Amino acid sequence: MIDKIAPSVEAALADVSDGSTILVGGFGGAGVPEELIDALIAQGARDLTIVNNNAGNGEVGVAALLKAGRVRKIVCSYPRTADSYVFDALYRAGKIELDLVPQGTLSERMRAAGAGIGAFYTPTGYGTDLGKGKETRMIDGKGHVLEYPIRGDVALVKAERGDRWGNLVYRKSARNFGPTMASAAKCTIAQVYETVELGALDPEHVVTPGIFVTRVVKVPRKKQAAQVREQAA
Amino acid sequence: MSYVKLTRDQIAARIARDIPEGAYVNLGIGMPTLVGNHLPKDREIILHSENGILGMGPAPAPGLEDLDLINAGKEPVTLLTGGAYFHHTDSFAMMRGGHLDIAVLGAFQVSVSGDLANWHTGGDAIPAVGGAMDLAVGAKSVWVMMEQLTKGGESKIVERCTYPLTGIAVVKRIYTDLAVIDVTPGGLVASRLVPGLACEELQRLSGVPLSPSAARAAA
Repeated sequence: MIDKIAPSVEAALADVSDGSTILVGGFGGAGVPEELIDALIAQGARDLTIVNNNAGNGEVGVAALLKAGRVRKIVCSYPRTADSYVFDALYRAGKIELDLVPQGTLSERMRAAGAGIGAFYTPTGYGTDLGKGKETRMIDGKGHVLEYPIRGDVALVKAERGDRWGNLVYRKSARNFGPTMASAAKCTIAQVYETVELGALDPEHVVTPGIFVTRVVKVPRKKQAAQVREQAA
Repeated sequence: MSYVKLTRDQIAARIARDIPEGAYVNLGIGMPTLVGNHLPKDREIILHSENGILGMGPAPAPGLEDLDLINAGKEPVTLLTGGAYFHHTDSFAMMRGGHLDIAVLGAFQVSVSGDLANWHTGGDAIPAVGGAMDLAVGAKSVWVMMEQLTKGGESKIVERCTYPLTGIAVVKRIYTDLAVIDVTPGGLVASRLVPGLACEELQRLSGVPLSPSAARAAA
């Protein structure tokens, strides 16, 4: 019997190695697998490369991981936000490496990894500082740059619901990078608020099929006003 | 003759009136977000948000915020009836793949040939690009919304951008607090100048060649 449901976030993350590349879902505060990140901090892996759209907010999630000194390099599109002071200080002190990637290229490079694509040409970034040093080609009269896949050793994603085969559904804009990251890592760990019986997820509505998911772990729901109201309705 | 500059809301209203029925539109973070407040009520215009939303609606009433439903600026929004959610790679396929009719973006500088600089001021600033480069190359029309001059009085329309580029020859039209300026193969064409501002004066302020539009559109 296939059972991808892990008993705890600690068990789900037990085998993460030092030096790993970890894809972390989330855009701003939506879709951030905070419980998995907290467990990763407790687990102690260091010298990590983190791939995330942002570079952490406040002192939770990715920012907490940065603050704990576990991250060597961050690959992201938008590190500078109103409360990204943990990253800012590390960056200014030269204690973290930044690889800035246009957001669509970041996403597509992970898609390529998951899809077995060796590299691709994109018009994004052509002629800019972020395209510098890359192979270029004119295609249909438009300049393109060659981009390579980003593969993760581990992906940490947040979904709403999952089953023991690893099928996942998400909630609203918290979906963001989740499905792409799930496909792009050797080991994908999904935190969910609900685990359901096989067959409970409508097969027409499964967003991430379980083939892309290694472990599913249930975490307690943090109630937020609108969600509570929606469930009561 | 004296003239009065448009407010940011007046520029936003002007842009909103120019967006046709049925258009798929991405409003960049910052000033362009204001355009959403002025969309004509009698048109169906579908707003796209890079983090996986089509049919994005306005901010929710206080107390109804849902942290799973935010826009590119990370502020709570709503979904209109008929809207959809999708993942990031699909979202950027829409942007890069030419599916959006219009992207309205802020800018530090636009060159006479439509080069856009809007992601980085260079120097010590921590660079952040987000989806700006994808929108710049991918939307069918890129419209820029910005003030004509910097706070120091320098023209933001330039012969050649000095700030790092976002995209080359991507801007089709510039909406400023003084005029609407189209980027055409024959050069910049100004129309809808604020009352009392002559094209010669606009050109003097801009420091780049501008020709008046043959057909003066109503403001």
